[in-house]
Amino acid sequence: MNAETRSERLAALLAAVPYARFLGMTAELAGDEMTAILPFSPHLVGNTQLPALHGGVLGAFMEMTAVMQLSIREPPEQAPRGRQPRTIDVTIEYLRPGRALTLYARADVRKVGRRIANVHVEAWQETRSSPVAALRGHFLLSLAAP
Amino acid sequence: MKVDLEALAALGVRMVEMTPHAAALGLKFVSVEAGVGVLKVPYRDDLVGDPATGVLAGGVITALLDHACGLAVKAAAFDTDPTATLDLRIDYMRPAAPRRDVFARAHCYKLTRTIAFVRAAAFEDDPDDPIATAQAAFVRAGAAPKPAA
Repeated sequence: MNAETRSERLAALLAAVPYARFLGMTAELAGDEMTAILPFSPHLVGNTQLPALHGGVLGAFMEMTAVMQLSIREPPEQAPRGRQPRTIDVTIEYLRPGRALTLYARADVRKVGRRIANVHVEAWQETRSSPVAALRGHFLLSLAAP
Repeated sequence: MKVDLEALAALGVRMVEMTPHAAALGLKFVSVEAGVGVLKVPYRDDLVGDPATGVLAGGVITALLDHACGLAVKAAAFDTDPTATLDLRIDYMRPAAPRRDVFARAHCYKLTRTIAFVRAAAFEDDPDDPIATAQAAFVRAGAAPKPAA
């Protein structure tokens, strides 16, 4: 798959998912490596006193990052349009409060089997080596028979 | 600060209306009893995850479960102290039914001085037929050791 096709598919995916637009999520590609980006917005806040991003926002953003990374990995002719990998389970670890700053995430696809993929995601803000949260999850690939 | 169930119900309403992300998702307070909190998210087109199926995004369910767990901790401690999520595991049994409101019922089944342990389920009608279940641990505010004198 050439890079242009991949970035077109990523842009189409982000535009097609209402919830990604609700969050305000975007993404950049370097080859097959995707960096998901979530600019700060007041509607993402879970604690107004700190202020801190809602834990659900961190989890949801990392889950979407995993789904997007898996989606652009699958050859387009094999991934029916509009079908996404489905989440089986996720474990979210909260390491630091998410501050009122842009959030970034990258997904590491650890294993892709015939039906199931294992993905690790890390989210950070100013410093990549000080992640805000991490996610490990299993996903049912869209190529798999239901 | 110790509070009663009536104050917890008022807190439950404040938790969904005054928390910016909960308000943006349109979360609603449903009920509270000792150790248990119930919230719901009314269906909305802009919260859909997969346009091919028209069901709410997994991330919406994640935020709903996290928020309901936070209420359950307060309902177990009978206080209004803030909590921070330590970890949250979610198992997705099935997709949510298209265009349906989703409820989350969270039960804080163990409270230590520093940690609260919570289980939760997300469902449309029947808690025994869940869309997703969650297991979470929260750090209780005020749990931090006092600095040495």
